[in-house]
Amino acid sequence: MAVPRLLRAGGWVVPSRVRPGPARPSDPRVSLPAAAPRLYSTVPAPAAAVRPRAEDEKLLSEPLSHPDFFNVKELFSLKDLFDARVHLGHKKGCRHRFMEPYIFGCRLDQDIIDLDQTMQHLQLALNFTAHIAYRKGIILFVSRKRQFCHLVESTARDCGEYAHTRYWQGGLLTNAHIQFGSGIRLPDLLIFLSSLNNVFEPHVAIRDAAKMNIPTVGVVDTNCNPCLITYPIPGNDDSPTAMELYCKLFRMTIIRAKDKRRQTEVFNELRRKAEGN
Amino acid sequence: LRLIYTTTAVQRKNVGASGPEKYTEAFIKKQIEEFNLGKRHLANMMGEDPETFTQEDIDKAIAYLFPSGLFDKQARPMMKHPTEIFPEQRKIQWGEDGRPLHFLFYTGKQAYYSLMHETYEKLLNVQKYQDELTAQDLPPKKEKKNLAGSRWLTKIELEEMLLEKLSDDDYSRFVQLLEKLMTFPCGDIEEKYIQKFSKAVPVQLQKVVIEPLKYDEQGVAFSTGEGTRKTARATAVVYDNGTGKITVNGIDILHYFPVLQDREQLLFPFQFLGRVGKHDMVCTVSGGGRSTQAGAIRLASAKALRSFVTEKEVEFMRQAGLLTLDPRVKERKKPGQEGARRKFTWKKR
Repeated sequence: MAVPRLLRAGGWVVPSRVRPGPARPSDPRVSLPAAAPRLYSTVPAPAAAVRPRAEDEKLLSEPLSHPDFFNVKELFSLKDLFDARVHLGHKKGCRHRFMEPYIFGCRLDQDIIDLDQTMQHLQLALNFTAHIAYRKGIILFVSRKRQFCHLVESTARDCGEYAHTRYWQGGLLTNAHIQFGSGIRLPDLLIFLSSLNNVFEPHVAIRDAAKMNIPTVGVVDTNCNPCLITYPIPGNDDSPTAMELYCKLFRMTIIRAKDKRRQTEVFNELRRKAEGN
Repeated sequence: LRLIYTTTAVQRKNVGASGPEKYTEAFIKKQIEEFNLGKRHLANMMGEDPETFTQEDIDKAIAYLFPSGLFDKQARPMMKHPTEIFPEQRKIQWGEDGRPLHFLFYTGKQAYYSLMHETYEKLLNVQKYQDELTAQDLPPKKEKKNLAGSRWLTKIELEEMLLEKLSDDDYSRFVQLLEKLMTFPCGDIEEKYIQKFSKAVPVQLQKVVIEPLKYDEQGVAFSTGEGTRKTARATAVVYDNGTGKITVNGIDILHYFPVLQDREQLLFPFQFLGRVGKHDMVCTVSGGGRSTQAGAIRLASAKALRSFVTEKEVEFMRQAGLLTLDPRVKERKKPGQEGARRKFTWKKR
């Protein structure tokens, strides 16, 4: 079935204004063409740096030419999703209108999510997260489920990324330079492990991220609104097994992407030294 | 009204700088250097050795050089190390590349939420340990924790510890979590962690110790008691196997207290316990007036009688008010008034 909102994952060009990347090119070797830094400061962004190095450009552009550079497909299978009860949705009465394309069917009033679509969406989302992590972006895990608050925070800490599973103060993203101080760098990706808040309304961060041009990845259940989320993943967000599976997958992708980046940099460094000699 | 010309950049900077001043590390370092230099100058001025000039010497020198009659110690001139004057503030929260240093930075209250996260982790550990014990069929350990001897940190103390502002709800939630952790019988493993947030409270209620009876040379039991009332101080020695003879400062009560009311006051404790003719009493009293001295002796004799009597009767005495010190003293005269309460005569014109 044609998945309408998917971007073709194979040689696709990222529009420059949504391009993720390090906000301040503190590394003089790397120059990013017109990357809009998501910065709040009175200091203007430093001018485009020195002559670009071919291999550093290759470092950043090479992963974009493969459809699945980090091979995220092998991290999960349909059986894993089924065993973790990802396909179980809420009851028919809780169904959100925009989730109807993702629902396989209804059994005894309970909605079942189509796992084939989930597989595709999950692959795209994990691929995107891996690319963001490869480019050293800031990833923020958001979830307002009290049962999994500890799990999400531990996952974020293990990856070396950030988490926010508490009360969301209104101006966190939109009023950041007053709340935190000038010079703050905002997250480059928001991962929602549950896109509703405790009152069963869409989380404010979805709307705020859309306002601030921050891409979002989110697990949407049958009672959620998938509209503003860039990479929705239709799936269960209430079972502990499902949440543990998602956390495990995100953790593995992020660690894998970071390791890959570190390896490539070290490799380039060694090659440069060898050439220098 | 003076027109102030500012550019938009300056206006924005002013908006950001509102709030408590941020002390940078360079500023604090400079202050420490200046303090050390000033300390040496002060030592030279006072004729002391700059190397062995302690903080106490500094305080004495400043009090000598800048005498001040102000009551508030904090308002007087002081010279202390900058770390004591400038409150500790959190340093910049993110690294060179802009990435925050703490994983809960984006929540806004990173210290508080990381504390909650840690405490919850301890709770999960305790639950897991308990489950393991039950799985192996071992009984859970039972230890008594002294509930009366300790209290949790107050909200202000917690704020100082975390260097972050807390709300009342946050604080109460944290205390609830600690209480929950305490309810588990296997809280022993997390004892050290919990101790960080509890403070020992000195035991307030001290049970009044009733002294046992003493025996003099003839084998007669006696007991002493002390009492005060306004400015009178009295000591009474109550002897057993007596005939009801009472002596005050070497004088019989009929002569010392001619008024019936005072004698009634003296006899009240004995009459209450029904031991009117059974005890002898020798008292000494000084200060106060006629009825004040009577009240002081009454209290002293009641305290002495406690040793002769059962605990239940002691409780009856307490409820009757015989053992309570009367706190009433003469109220001071206020300026603008004739006396303590009496105002000057009001004249209409």
